[in-house]
Amino acid sequence: MLEVTTINKWPHYRDRFVQLVIYLLVFLVSAVFAWILFDLARGGLTHLSWEFLIESPRDAGRAGGIGSVLVSTLLILLVALTAALPLAWTTAALLAEYVPTTSQFGVTVRFSLQVLAGVPSIVFGLFGNAFFSVYLGLGFSILSGGLTLACMLLPILVSTAEAGLRAVPQSYRLSAAALGMSRTATLFHLLLPVAAPTLAAGLLLGIGRAIAETAALLFTSGYVDRMPGSLLDSGRALALHIFDLSMNVPGGDTPAYASALVLVVLLLCINMLAMKLAYGLQRRKIMTT
Amino acid sequence: MNQTDNNRENPFTLGPLQMGPACCDPQPVIQVENLSLQYDGKTALDNVTLDIYRGCITALIGPSGCGKTSFLSAINRLTDLIPECKVQGCIRVDGRNIYEPTHNVQALRRQIGMVFQKPTPFPLSIRRNITLPLREHGITQRTQVETITEQVLSDVGLWDEVCDRLDTAALSLSGGQQQRLCIARALALNPQILLMDEPCSALDPIASGVVEDLICRLRGRYTIVIVTHNLAQARRIANYAAFFWVKERAGQLVEFGRCQHIFESPTHELTAAYVNGARG
Repeated sequence: MLEVTTINKWPHYRDRFVQLVIYLLVFLVSAVFAWILFDLARGGLTHLSWEFLIESPRDAGRAGGIGSVLVSTLLILLVALTAALPLAWTTAALLAEYVPTTSQFGVTVRFSLQVLAGVPSIVFGLFGNAFFSVYLGLGFSILSGGLTLACMLLPILVSTAEAGLRAVPQSYRLSAAALGMSRTATLFHLLLPVAAPTLAAGLLLGIGRAIAETAALLFTSGYVDRMPGSLLDSGRALALHIFDLSMNVPGGDTPAYASALVLVVLLLCINMLAMKLAYGLQRRKIMTT
Repeated sequence: MNQTDNNRENPFTLGPLQMGPACCDPQPVIQVENLSLQYDGKTALDNVTLDIYRGCITALIGPSGCGKTSFLSAINRLTDLIPECKVQGCIRVDGRNIYEPTHNVQALRRQIGMVFQKPTPFPLSIRRNITLPLREHGITQRTQVETITEQVLSDVGLWDEVCDRLDTAALSLSGGQQQRLCIARALALNPQILLMDEPCSALDPIASGVVEDLICRLRGRYTIVIVTHNLAQARRIANYAAFFWVKERAGQLVEFGRCQHIFESPTHELTAAYVNGARG
């Protein structure tokens, strides 16, 4: 009897050990994030003020704020999403709902998107420069930067949306068809709402990538730090501003820290907003419990 | 549209459903001729010829994999949704071949409702489960939609259970309630024919009994084709029975006739063996 208990103790310790390791790893991952946030706050919080957020940069960014940079960033993001979202989501709907999985067309489109997802952003930058800025004559502008970003976002938006649509159980499609609903109505009233959280998650990933993008914008939207007057003006994105401050501007470290803090907080806010939106949509239209 | 409205006003649902007339005068509404069905080149159903009579309950019985479900989905052309599925032969509903390219599939599926093995309510509210297909078929007038919703939910005996929580999630209902909601959803479109693919097999005995009673009450008003593995159930509710069997890896119709005939004096020895529990 005694022996049995001693033998049985080992799995118990092993479980405890594994549990401990898992907790430690989770702690480590969160700690990295906390550390980055803390470091940014330590370096940038003192420089942060309302004036910093609304003023335009002066003296190459050493003085002044990031008002114009923020406006440019949001405009670039807006252009990118306006161009990419409709294209990406219709492509995803086509791939998931209208084209057989094994068809040559679907395989080709998916393969090219995968290749596109692996292309380094600097290559997108060069392509955007050659195509949008030079060939289409948009020059260094927010429009050409946004369109370049749109190309970069396509694969991520398409693949998440397609995965989301495919995850919707086939029984919904069959029931809807058996009720005489058209495929389009099924897509809009049933499949898209069910897949909405995944679509929102993909959108989030896309925004995260777009807002933090530097290399692709270097040759397309340029780095003029004035307040943009129109979409055809050059505008400096926030990530590019941070890059420029820390690499090219002696004494620009503090504003760089502050700008980075703003960027991270912005990302956090967008994340939380999108989560809330997705959750709200799920509660309103989709009722799972 | 006008005709549809008239149909609505000619209500099968003013009161609780009552048993329809017995089908002593068989009148074919679905005529299946030489139906063969292939998935990816493999024959699932081979040369089935069979008439389904108006207002009657026809039970399809037989072992798993003998093509009963395929037969059902060929009747409302749900096979269109399955890639690599090929249907040969002819199915006439009210005398018109539904596999003619010009046939309106959506109208056909409105005419022929279907209930699946597992309850498949949409992850929407109870109300929207019924109104969504209605709106899709152009019935958008609010009062009309509400009347139909109440009628069909009363028909399936769900109204009293859910009338105070129509806007809660359909998935929060119990399994039996979900299945009755699915039947109500199908009835809302005022179909002539109901296809049921083992509607009770995913339910507990009590819920199963409730759904079975419901199916019996639908007799006469609707032509019902039901797949069931429960032979006792088939015997209780069906007027006609069709016995399918797998021969050379393809489903075939072995025998079709009045339920009593199939269960008590089958002509084919396979049928006799199956209904007596000796095989299958």
